[in-house]
Amino acid sequence: MLNCVYRLVEPRTIEPVTLEVPLGGDRIVVRPTHLSICHADQRYYQGKRPPEVLESKLPMALIHEGVGTVVHDFGGEYAPGTSVVMIPNAPAEDDPFIAENYLRTSTFGGSTADGFMQELVVLPPSRVLPLPDGIDMRVAAFTELVSVSVHAAARFDGLAHGRRNTIGIWGDGNLGFIQSLVMRSLFPESRIVVIGRNDYKLADFTFVDDARRTTDDLSDLVIDHAFECCGGDGSVSAIEQIIGTIQPEGTVSLLGVSENPVPINTRMVLEKGLRLFGSSRSGCRDFARTLELYENNPDVVEYLESLIGVVRCVSSVADIAKAFEEDMRKPMGKTIMEWDM
Amino acid sequence: MTSSAGSDGRVYAAILAGGSGSRMGNPDKPKQFWMLGSRPVIVQTVEKFALVDDFDEVIVLAAAGWVKQTRDLMTRYLPSLAGKITVVTGGAERNDTIMCALRHIEQEHGIGPDDIIVTHDAVRPFVTNRIIVENIAAAREFGACDTVVPATDTIVHSVDGRLVESIPRRSEYYQGQTPQSFNAARLKEMLEGLGEDERAILTDACKAFALRGQKVALVRGDVTNMKLTYTSDMRIARAIVGDGGEDA
Repeated sequence: MLNCVYRLVEPRTIEPVTLEVPLGGDRIVVRPTHLSICHADQRYYQGKRPPEVLESKLPMALIHEGVGTVVHDFGGEYAPGTSVVMIPNAPAEDDPFIAENYLRTSTFGGSTADGFMQELVVLPPSRVLPLPDGIDMRVAAFTELVSVSVHAAARFDGLAHGRRNTIGIWGDGNLGFIQSLVMRSLFPESRIVVIGRNDYKLADFTFVDDARRTTDDLSDLVIDHAFECCGGDGSVSAIEQIIGTIQPEGTVSLLGVSENPVPINTRMVLEKGLRLFGSSRSGCRDFARTLELYENNPDVVEYLESLIGVVRCVSSVADIAKAFEEDMRKPMGKTIMEWDM
Repeated sequence: MTSSAGSDGRVYAAILAGGSGSRMGNPDKPKQFWMLGSRPVIVQTVEKFALVDDFDEVIVLAAAGWVKQTRDLMTRYLPSLAGKITVVTGGAERNDTIMCALRHIEQEHGIGPDDIIVTHDAVRPFVTNRIIVENIAAAREFGACDTVVPATDTIVHSVDGRLVESIPRRSEYYQGQTPQSFNAARLKEMLEGLGEDERAILTDACKAFALRGQKVALVRGDVTNMKLTYTSDMRIARAIVGDGGEDA
């Protein structure tokens, strides 16, 4: 099939290219309807990745958060018109110990393969899941981001010791919001405390037990486990504060992406016997768990609606650029492109 | 966005492949049979339509003498979609070919009052899913639609070919592409009602609709939805098809 793919060829320059994509077998052809912009897309779009990274990865279609409708399923599982979420991680092998999102052989749309900015996206059946009926497609658009939090929660559950009275989440951005919401839902017995820099953002975390500023006195907090959801320049001070605050033998889930090396006070990590582990991306199982969460807990979807920032109908390359520019300027929330290319 | 609101009438695609190809470098081979990527142009075009669920049937109208080969290509390259594709013989002119499609529909299924026919040049393989879906929706809403892109060059009007008569305001002018889509019953009525002299002039069905005061909606086309007319167009088309391999 001839398929038009909208690739970033250099920072801030997107060009359409038509590619021939093989069909048949059990492939599913999906028409993207709602695509959501991630910080990672912005780092490529704005040229904030190191030049050698840009050199090796571009041209490439961005966007790894998106939903659409099935146009045709050669395997016959999904009826045309079915609303589905598209999974950007594509494993090339099965491993009994390593999750698909950590396998070095896996590809990831918008990072090591073309992302979802395409006329039609052709996927194998394992990379497509049906959405719950009637779900707000603007929320469903960033299911991938929620699944990253669900994945982090599952890792936490497997690695953290059993005392989970208080869980601290550092970061008052989108990821901090979603991680707090996911922890609230999956660990209802735990006290969820969010620690951030901005009062106006923290005020929106209405579902947590406590919201503190990083500059507040935190000495009264007894944090058993922590999540770092800051990334960028904020990672250093967040990790420093976590290590200083957290109880011995706690776990520290690292989720924030930083382009620069982050110094860590290993002396205190050793003294407290802390477990720091990274968590990134997600796999098919995490997407399935996320959709289950949406279905069993509609409140989660309602809270996520508050993250919908800009919604822009995109029918030209210039519209795509406008969506990315608008997304850069907003302090919080997600930018959703209604895909009309 | 795919709509399966197919309750209001059946939807047909008519892929017009009647061209003799005499304008191409190789006069023996109609241009829709040239290779583009790994497959002939006509296969690339038909596949885009066959993938759209709204279509009850994709009718390919081949020039006399090319019907068997066209059928073979559909079976060879699109085996899992072939059940939805029918190849029939087209006519001498564009409107004759469209009439062949309408006659086929009438004989096989009968033409219902809400049936839609989406007509498209076989030699426009870069048609997108959006354009096709929007054609179906616009034909349902307005009874007829034309796919267009805004004119980029200045349009100059001259009657004698020597002097400028006028230069119209460019923002009001568009270049016509295909698909052109219609309510099938109204299209049949209009084509059958054309007199001999009109037939010679009204080669564009949308034009005939508009001249009779019927609404024809505009559907946003795409500059890449080009028509492969000349050998040089094939070179451009091959350059458009990037060497990206399998994606996603």
